[in-house]
Amino acid sequence: MSLWEFIEGRYDDLLQAGFDHIWLVGLSVLLCTVIGVGLGVATYQTNRPREIVLAVTSTFLTVPSFALFVLLIPPLGIGAPPVILALTMYGLLPVVRNTITGLREVDPSIVESAKGMGLGRAQRLTKIELPLAWPVIVTGVRVSALILVGIATIGAIVDGPGYGEFIFNGLARVGSPVAVNLVLAGMIGVIVVAIIFDVFFAVIAKLTTSRGIR
Amino acid sequence: MTNFGTVDGTAGRIMIRLENLRKEYPKEPKPAVDDLTLEIPEGEIVILVGPSGCGKTTTMKMINRIIEPTSGRIVVDDKDVTHEDPDQLRRRIGYVIQQIGLFPHQTIAENIATVPKLLGWDAKRIDARIDELLETVSMSPATYRNRYPKQLSGGQRQRVGVARALSGDPAVMLMDEPFGAIDPITRDRLQNEFLRLQAEVRKTIVFVTHDIDEAIKMGDRIAILEEGSRIAQYDTPEQILTAPASDFVADFIGAGASLKRLNLSRVRDIQLTEWPTVARNADGAAVLDALRASDKGCALVLDEQRRPCRWVSAADVQRGDGRAIDEIGLPPDAVVEPQATLNDALNELITANYSVAIVVDAAGVYQGIVDIDHINEAIRGMRTAARAKARAGLVEDRDEDLLTKGTTT
Repeated sequence: MSLWEFIEGRYDDLLQAGFDHIWLVGLSVLLCTVIGVGLGVATYQTNRPREIVLAVTSTFLTVPSFALFVLLIPPLGIGAPPVILALTMYGLLPVVRNTITGLREVDPSIVESAKGMGLGRAQRLTKIELPLAWPVIVTGVRVSALILVGIATIGAIVDGPGYGEFIFNGLARVGSPVAVNLVLAGMIGVIVVAIIFDVFFAVIAKLTTSRGIR
Repeated sequence: MTNFGTVDGTAGRIMIRLENLRKEYPKEPKPAVDDLTLEIPEGEIVILVGPSGCGKTTTMKMINRIIEPTSGRIVVDDKDVTHEDPDQLRRRIGYVIQQIGLFPHQTIAENIATVPKLLGWDAKRIDARIDELLETVSMSPATYRNRYPKQLSGGQRQRVGVARALSGDPAVMLMDEPFGAIDPITRDRLQNEFLRLQAEVRKTIVFVTHDIDEAIKMGDRIAILEEGSRIAQYDTPEQILTAPASDFVADFIGAGASLKRLNLSRVRDIQLTEWPTVARNADGAAVLDALRASDKGCALVLDEQRRPCRWVSAADVQRGDGRAIDEIGLPPDAVVEPQATLNDALNELITANYSVAIVVDAAGVYQGIVDIDHINEAIRGMRTAARAKARAGLVEDRDEDLLTKGTTT
């Protein structure tokens, strides 16, 4: 059976896995963005807390994903919850780091003139600093999404949804004719999802960045 | 030691009063601003000038509390603002910094609308204000409203910076080296534009610069500051140039104080010289008659509208073989208008054929002549007047047993 025939035969399953993969990663990226931007905003003006936040989120990324998924079974069971938690941990670093970099790179004279005109702390942040840092932050979110699309496949070992299921099924049947098709179909699915996320964030970045700083 | 900069009764109402203002930084042995008391009269441009690190910028930034004073009081418009909500205070004070700091993600209109929006103006009023201010700084609203800062030249950005600072119609403006990052030619033009604008709006302006020439040109009053924001002299540009209060001030003004003084008076302020003139339709004999009646070596030929058209000397007439007098001699160079400074006039006459500058009004009609003797006289006159004034100040101070002028120590 050719790959094409395989995909045709399992079309409904593959499409379902694609939707699962997308909402799984999408939800995790959303959590990463909220938490990551929050941490960045809270710490970019400080020294010690900023270093700690960066060190901790970097450490998350070094934990082997296989181990982390398994470790999360006791508190969260199997299925989507442990996968979402793990993905959120993995995706934090790019968002936090780009938020901090973006905010720290805003020209101090712009912030000073905003202050001199009577914009308060919160107004300076929401009207001046975050909009100016936004292109850098969106880039961080985009990188985070691409990393998570890949890692999400490993989530299949704790019965997480998505294309990981196909790949792991294929691994379990190494030697049988269907094994290669399962792995290849899963892999192609992951690539398609990755492209969808990439295009999505490229469009978002373009739509939400002021013409004045493009 | 006292650190006072007060003004005499001739100045207007005091708009800003700094009282015993002090700024210390941890780990620094000397205060950045040392017990400064300074009065800034309403409607004047007061320049804080001094070498780098003297505390002039710190002093200015304490007025809108970008930098919080360690101790002392700040009174703006008869109100103690030392402990007022700084954001409310800043909305009433225009602020221009050297880098301008336009918001790059906002259009020019949005930039200018910043303070009016904070002040809660309605959209129609804000819109009208944006157009008005763009016109004021000679930028067409239709062209520039919706542009972004990156689409403007340095000079245009500076203009928008000034418009933005004026947007909430503040009584007070703070300007920190506003023309510092602009090329010399554009700077000169912007300075002149700004002075013209100030003549209309009459804001109280505190202006920081390290450039004494800019201080002399822009200031109604100049505070020359030493380390720790100590006032070395607080006076009008004329007085500072003519009667420097100390060696520090004299050194800071540098060589060429007399030349700098030429920037302070204008051609219209001095008596012009009479010069032999002849009408264009006259002949060579008329020129010779006119020259004989005066002690000058050449006559100025005027056309029907009394506009200068030719310099003709006796030698020109003799060599001319009876040609019309507007075809012989030399073209009139070094033409200045009455509002030109003596410095401009001197510059022109140095290179002129007969070492004089011709003064004409806006329509080009001949008014008179400026020569080097006039300029010389004007300088001497200014020096005498300023000396007398400084001396009078000394006597007064002694009588009152009080140091009311920065010119005495």
